[in-house]
Amino acid sequence: MSLSLPAASKAYIQKELKRYETKESALIPALFEAQKVFGLITPDVIDLLAMEMDIPSSRVSEVFNFYTMFNKKPVGKYHIQVCTNISCAMVGAREYMQAVCKTLNVKSDEVTADGKFTVTGVECLGSCGTAPMAQVNDDYHENLAVSDIPKFLEKFK
Amino acid sequence: MEIKLLTEHYDKPEFVTLKGYQKLGGYEALKKAFKMKPEDIVTEVKNSGLRGRGGAGFSTGMKWSFLPKNNEPRFLLCNADEGEPGTFKDRLMMERAPHQLIEGMIISSFAIQSKKSYIYIRGEYMKSYKIVEKALQEAYDAGLLGKNILGSGFDHDMDVYRGAGAYIVGEETALISSLEGKKGQPKLKPPFPAVQGYLRKPTIVNNVETLAAVTWIITHGAAEYKKIGTEKSAGTKVFSVSGNINKPGVYEVALGYPFKDFLQNECGGMKAGFNFKALIPGGSSCPVLNAEEAMKSTLDYESMGQLGSMLGSGGVIIIDDKQCMVDLLNVLMNFYHHESCGQCTPCREGTGWLNKITGSMLSGRAKMEDVALLDKIARHMLGTTICALSDAAAMPVMSFVTKFKEEFEFYAKERKSKVRGEMVYAESHH
Ligand SMILES: Cc1cc2nc3c(=O)[nH]c(=O)nc-3n(C[C@H](O)[C@H](O)[C@H](O)COP(=O)(O)O)c2cc1C
Ligand code: SF4
Ligand code: FES
Repeated sequence: MSLSLPAASKAYIQKELKRYETKESALIPALFEAQKVFGLITPDVIDLLAMEMDIPSSRVSEVFNFYTMFNKKPVGKYHIQVCTNISCAMVGAREYMQAVCKTLNVKSDEVTADGKFTVTGVECLGSCGTAPMAQVNDDYHENLAVSDIPKFLEKFK
Repeated sequence: MEIKLLTEHYDKPEFVTLKGYQKLGGYEALKKAFKMKPEDIVTEVKNSGLRGRGGAGFSTGMKWSFLPKNNEPRFLLCNADEGEPGTFKDRLMMERAPHQLIEGMIISSFAIQSKKSYIYIRGEYMKSYKIVEKALQEAYDAGLLGKNILGSGFDHDMDVYRGAGAYIVGEETALISSLEGKKGQPKLKPPFPAVQGYLRKPTIVNNVETLAAVTWIITHGAAEYKKIGTEKSAGTKVFSVSGNINKPGVYEVALGYPFKDFLQNECGGMKAGFNFKALIPGGSSCPVLNAEEAMKSTLDYESMGQLGSMLGSGGVIIIDDKQCMVDLLNVLMNFYHHESCGQCTPCREGTGWLNKITGSMLSGRAKMEDVALLDKIARHMLGTTICALSDAAAMPVMSFVTKFKEEFEFYAKERKSKVRGEMVYAESHH
């Protein structure tokens, strides 16, 4: 296994292991860290974390599989997650998402040919009053409009 | 009219910082609380009539008094998982007034004699997380957290925990499992968390808004709080409103406020070209009200209960006349099917079937009998499962197909939407 964690990530995970009452609580923070480092969490990454944290691989993958924010498939450098739940749907979020997909020439969940974008429809992001909205990586973008899509996409280099 | 007890300073950027918060009277309630006996704070909160703002509306003081009366370590967990579609009030509260929440949590922790608390924030709320994390650091630096807080002799540590995406984790026992580093699945109650929760220790789980309200109640007293609202629904509630209205956003009004006025005044009425058709009063899990019911409702627990719905989280979803109810129900069933954790057969299978039927109806493959079948399946999902998600999925279905029956029957028969005059294209992304 050639994978290894950068020293800073190791230090972060070690700190998280001591931060909570039980060390398993560090699994979510560690998985976020690993996703940041490796892009995608593969079975090898799971094993690496298991070793680093001294927690069985099965427990690591159990947590990994349960939560939607841990990607199960490769995503682009910018992951555009459009909420398509009820409040957003009523003000055109689904049409917005289709328009983004069309502009980027991808279907939902696909990665663009240049590896830059993935567009995914997601559940309520707690931004229902400023819809259509999308989360791109860590940030929320609100009050989006189809007419602004080219300008919106230019933000992501 | 808005009555801003908790949202008064939302528009002041300095309120986010400790200094700004203190300038506006922040952490005075905590000093006052330290002069009280912990059990008197519990009584004060009980007397205020404060009810949980996370959805169930249970008396907060009562919940606290279920803790065992011994010296066993206990925990306070703030539920900031806010995932109920239509709800975005807790996000704003953390972003605009983090110290109000932290102060409420220190007071509440003192009241229940807890030495450790967590704020569990849904993973997507990165901005809230960073703001709360910074506010906690400020509080530690100022001696408002840690050992011997403000010389009171009370020790308390508070930390923030970030979730990773799962609606079900908002359910309190699931939240506890998630915080323990397990799959975020609900557990059968009893035992209730107040008896056996985080690390199997007595634990109180309260919503962000509930804990922030404690700060106001201690500052102004239970009697002042009780003066606002109705007899059984005391105080104010922060509502988040969405839909095709002129002013979507977050508004704090006294409980008991007529919905009609709320729509007209706070929400600024319907957007031009849209007419009011239906209301989901408190997040997607609450049964829908038709226009007539909505217009006679008031925004409180009792009125919504009498009309067969719920006040829930206060996520007010305004449905306009351009919306196809079959389409919207399918959106909701996509959601509940996706979010069911799968432990209970009625929920796992039921949400799957409901989603399948609404989906096939949309694509013109449903039969007339399927309308009644939706209702029947939903009824079998009630009251038999580990947590309330099964009911939360079933109740919208029953109310949609009863109150908007003609839209469902029309779609099944004509293979097109009564509202749109054509088939509604729906892509399920799960
Ligand atoms: C499926 C489901 C999801 C829930 N989601 C939330 C949530 O996001 N936030 C919340 O405060 N309560 C949520 N609840 C309610 C909690 O279980 C719990 O009752 C609440 O956090 C208690 O706080 P309160 O008494 O202050 O309202 C949810 C319940 C269920 C069944
Ligand atoms: S009711 Fe549904 S979500 Fe709740 S525990 Fe059972 S299967 Fe899971
Ligand atoms: S419904 Fe889209 S953010 Fe809430």
